Amino acid sequence: MDAPVLDVKGLKTYFFTDEGEVPAVNDVDFHVKRGEVLGIVGESGCGKSVTSLSVMGLVPSPPGKIVGGEILYKGEDLTKANDKRMRQIRGNDIAMIFQEPMTSLNPVYKIGNQLIEAIRLHNRWDKKKAWNRAVEIMKLVGLPRAEELMNSYPHQLSGGMRQRVMIAMAMVCEPEVLIADEPTTALDVTIQAQILDLMKRLNKETDTSIIMITHDLGVVAEMCERIVVMYAGKVIEEASVSTIFKEPKHPYTVGLIQSVPDMRDKKDRLYSIPGTVPKPGSIQKGCQFAPRCEHAFDRCFAETPELENQEDGSRVRCWLHNS
Amino acid sequence: MFAYTIRRILMLVPVLIGMSLIVFFLIRAIPGDPAQIILGQQASKEAVAQLRDTLGLDEPWYVQYFIYMKDLLTGDLGNSIRTHAPISEEIWPYFAATLELSLFAMFIAVVIGVNAGIISAWFQNSWFDYVAMLLALIGVSMPIFWLGLMEQWAFAVEFRWFPTSGRESILNPVDSITNLYIIDTIIQGRFDQLQTVLRHLTLPGLALATIPMAIIARMTRSSMLEVMRSDYIRTARAKGLRMFWVVYKHSLKNAFIPVLTVIGLQMGLLLGGAILTETIFSWPGIGRYIYDAIGFRDYPVIQSGILVVALVFVTINLLVDLLYAAIDPRIKYQ
Repeated sequence: MDAPVLDVKGLKTYFFTDEGEVPAVNDVDFHVKRGEVLGIVGESGCGKSVTSLSVMGLVPSPPGKIVGGEILYKGEDLTKANDKRMRQIRGNDIAMIFQEPMTSLNPVYKIGNQLIEAIRLHNRWDKKKAWNRAVEIMKLVGLPRAEELMNSYPHQLSGGMRQRVMIAMAMVCEPEVLIADEPTTALDVTIQAQILDLMKRLNKETDTSIIMITHDLGVVAEMCERIVVMYAGKVIEEASVSTIFKEPKHPYTVGLIQSVPDMRDKKDRLYSIPGTVPKPGSIQKGCQFAPRCEHAFDRCFAETPELENQEDGSRVRCWLHNS
Repeated sequence: MFAYTIRRILMLVPVLIGMSLIVFFLIRAIPGDPAQIILGQQASKEAVAQLRDTLGLDEPWYVQYFIYMKDLLTGDLGNSIRTHAPISEEIWPYFAATLELSLFAMFIAVVIGVNAGIISAWFQNSWFDYVAMLLALIGVSMPIFWLGLMEQWAFAVEFRWFPTSGRESILNPVDSITNLYIIDTIIQGRFDQLQTVLRHLTLPGLALATIPMAIIARMTRSSMLEVMRSDYIRTARAKGLRMFWVVYKHSLKNAFIPVLTVIGLQMGLLLGGAILTETIFSWPGIGRYIYDAIGFRDYPVIQSGILVVALVFVTINLLVDLLYAAIDPRIKYQ
């Protein structure tokens, strides 16, 4: 029960461009246990999406390349898996849903065709059985008139319905891990809540682990048990949801939580962390957050802190908390 | 869809009327009197005048045009001044020769061009990509008559692999039924003749295929590159689909619309009769038919020949538009 399904250790994914090498993901550690919902949080450009694409083996290459670390899926290192093995794992063991439901389905094939394709890739089933399974999963994700939708094209569906189809497609082979890369960002708020409910329900019913990649702390609070906070390609804090919201340790996490608007406390200006995320590739010495950090001192600019265990079970990469 | 098709066909009528008017006046602007040309330079003035009267050339232009249009509506394309045969009967063998050659050339162009474009996009910046795109650039810039002559010299004269010209062996002519010789030889079971016919098609077919092939390859490549960056391609890969199917199933159908446009336009051009290529290879096609008619001032043949070519061109455009909807379900015609 406690052995992680997916264990990422020291992952480094670099992009080799004409302007030089860009470490989009630089030393990322996290793990997901069976049936757990893990949140990965961070601003745009912090390496969240590249991390998930690395796990799927879908980093565009060239220019991207995993240059270090391990991705252990049930003990098997996926960074060393060949193309054929990765194809077996994708969709069947680790599935992924994306941010843009409007453009993530192929516009020229019917929904049914795309669902059945996913099923028959990983199961030697006849068309009839695959069709029935597809209808069943569409009902499970709460799509009305499933049989009719099987014969529809993506453009005939709304954004929310398309994201449900994406979830159905990801869940159809009962994967062990579902990576959801900002699954609700492009949807309006009421639909967002429905999709999150659906994912929570699927997580309970099927015991699939979910990695929820988001920049929305509200989503995290709603869904996740544990949270990994990323900044500039590194994990800077990892803790349970309750610890993060009650006692954030890293100044960046503190800033993130402060910048969530509070309904009860009407302010004229919303809080924002000063400065911007450093451009990937513009590596500086010391802590990457130091230039934006109000608590930074000399050591922060000179030495890079490690991700260290804290007394309450969380892990933080910050000289304020590390020795 | 049906209503749309009917409407599009009705819209062809003004296009064709305009076309016929333009041709009607242009050929009358060519210097030279048909009656004089038919009878020769030594003919007497009286003989010429009488022939002009028989041919109806003395009538005012609007009467001539009116008679021409009236005949057209009954399916009568007029009679050739030179051969006196009805053009509607005479034109088909020439058109069939061009149709067969164009389809053959387009088949080569699509099979090689589309695949070269796909592989170039799939392995972007590989040596295959560089070589294919360099060849495509040479292909689009190549003067086709020169390429045809070089082919003829190399493969027909020097190596003697293929015949130099014509559609069939003079000693073993094909019994024409449809005038599409590939079909004729197959339904008659004459596979020895089929081989000869294919050998005759090869050199002019390759020459004519060059430009469409190059344009199709470049268009396929750029269209595929754009599609392969899209989100649904990432989804297809995330399912665990083989790259081959990602490319040939998910990408190609989406990338095909601009390619289809190019194929349609090029096919229209080929069917218009590639006069230079048909001349070099002595191909008895529609281009040659019209070209010879111009030399003879055979007004009815020129008029009707060009009208047929124009009709074919606009019909292909219509077919292409209808095919869009078959490929992409988001395209709906009302």
